[in-house]
Amino acid sequence: MSTAEASPSRFEPPVGVEGKAFWEATREGRLLVQWCTSCDRGVFYPRVFCPHCAAGAGALEWRDASGRATVYAAVVEHRPEAAGAKFSGGQPYCVALVDLEEGVRMLTNVVGCPPDDVHCGMAVGVTWEPLSDGRRLPLFEPVGGSDGRGDGGAAS
Amino acid sequence: MSRVDRSLRGAAAIVGVADDVSPTGELDRFGRDLEVAMVLDALEDAGLTLADVDGVCHPESAVGFAEYLGVHPTFVESTMTGGSSYEVHVEHAAAAIAAGVCDVVVSVYAATPRSDRTQGRRREWRRPSGPNPMAEWDLPYGLRTPMGPYALAAARHMYEFGTTSEQLAQIAVSTRQWAALNPRARYRDPITIEDVLASPLQVSPLHLLDCCLVTDGAGAFVMTSAERARSLPKPPVFVLGAATCTDHMVIGQMPDLPTTPGAVSGPRAFEMAGLEPSDVDVLMGYDSFTITALLHLEDLGFCKKGEGGPFVADGHLGPGGSLAMNTNGGGLSFTHPGMYGMFLITEATRQLRGEGGDRQVAGAEVAVAHGSGMFLSVMSTAVLGTEATL
Repeated sequence: MSTAEASPSRFEPPVGVEGKAFWEATREGRLLVQWCTSCDRGVFYPRVFCPHCAAGAGALEWRDASGRATVYAAVVEHRPEAAGAKFSGGQPYCVALVDLEEGVRMLTNVVGCPPDDVHCGMAVGVTWEPLSDGRRLPLFEPVGGSDGRGDGGAAS
Repeated sequence: MSRVDRSLRGAAAIVGVADDVSPTGELDRFGRDLEVAMVLDALEDAGLTLADVDGVCHPESAVGFAEYLGVHPTFVESTMTGGSSYEVHVEHAAAAIAAGVCDVVVSVYAATPRSDRTQGRRREWRRPSGPNPMAEWDLPYGLRTPMGPYALAAARHMYEFGTTSEQLAQIAVSTRQWAALNPRARYRDPITIEDVLASPLQVSPLHLLDCCLVTDGAGAFVMTSAERARSLPKPPVFVLGAATCTDHMVIGQMPDLPTTPGAVSGPRAFEMAGLEPSDVDVLMGYDSFTITALLHLEDLGFCKKGEGGPFVADGHLGPGGSLAMNTNGGGLSFTHPGMYGMFLITEATRQLRGEGGDRQVAGAEVAVAHGSGMFLSVMSTAVLGTEATL
């Protein structure tokens, strides 16, 4: 788990009604995924009903995710100033879509290796960056070495 | 009655177009001044006047714009799907005309991002109302928009199909060859694949020359019934098929990055038209980025999924090639004020009227205007044809 200080330059996400449990759990370093008990599928981003089977809120619960994921697509921002992003200190950074083991896809940054080394199919695990209000932002990093060809174990 | 039986084929036509762009990238008018000029120019081109207008399309507020024009329309259309808004307006206007809701529809666009900056004008920017999943789940990660989502699609396409940066670059090169024939294009000097690859990386794998321009631009079109169209001075451009599909708004919700919802809108529009990609003389495929145009070629069926790279690599999209694509020079070299879909319509119409000047595709009878909106989110396809195609 990252011990970095909260970065004032990071855009801090608002908390929607549906996302409240997700963000509260990040305070304890827990990555939750909304799960539909009716169709047995993960739901992301969080919703008040299941977009796969239309089950109501009563069918949705929160489950702890393993934190393991696979990179679906990754790019490198070479002009952080043009993106309005200050969190990388002006250095190129990787933005990726990652597929969690639970079957949901989320946008994130892959850190802990040179951004150009991140590639489709790479195994990554969750790591956390503190936000100013005690929440933490889920980022991902290669597991089992910087090439991501590790044992698939969680990173943190 | 089945969906196909309720087809719009041939029910309505584009009868007037206008647009305003400059090789400097800047216009000296803006806002309502520019919008009104476009509407009046398009009506003049159609041989109609404001008194004929009973349908108004404007992606921000058709009601407010109708009030400004002083017309009292029975059809108001404010659908805003980003860059594909104007193809959606063609589809919806054709449906409204076919259903007897209205008779003469105008749609308008004006945006001046370049001169707004140089002149220090404040740009209105409307914050989306209600919950915003993009702010909560995307914005913290610094994915630059609109470029970032397209770069992700390019990266995934490269991974799955072996598509290369050189192949994407060829699209920019071929499009620039068309721009060289258009005196109003922003950039007309030839470029090479090496030039594209040597231009600065933005969001990898996209280079600067893989990306559309930022220019001022404006346009308008007028539509009416097929019957009335035949009484007007210019040759009508008939709507043969039209379809729209969206499968996500934010990029993380896109089911399959290398496949856009154009894989739905394209075949539906062709089905309505009773035509195939091989019947198309001019393809106006929204080129916000080189990858966008490549995905259109696959999703519309000009080549198989995954084969877009080899398909474009021989340069046959340029002048004299086997598929005339983006004959005005596209968003890559002609103009791109933000919602470029209007210029797909104006160019397709001019090509089908034989008004293309040096870049005219000889004998063009069928043109496709395929708009892409937001983050590969909303695709809208209009298959257009001359009287001979009915």
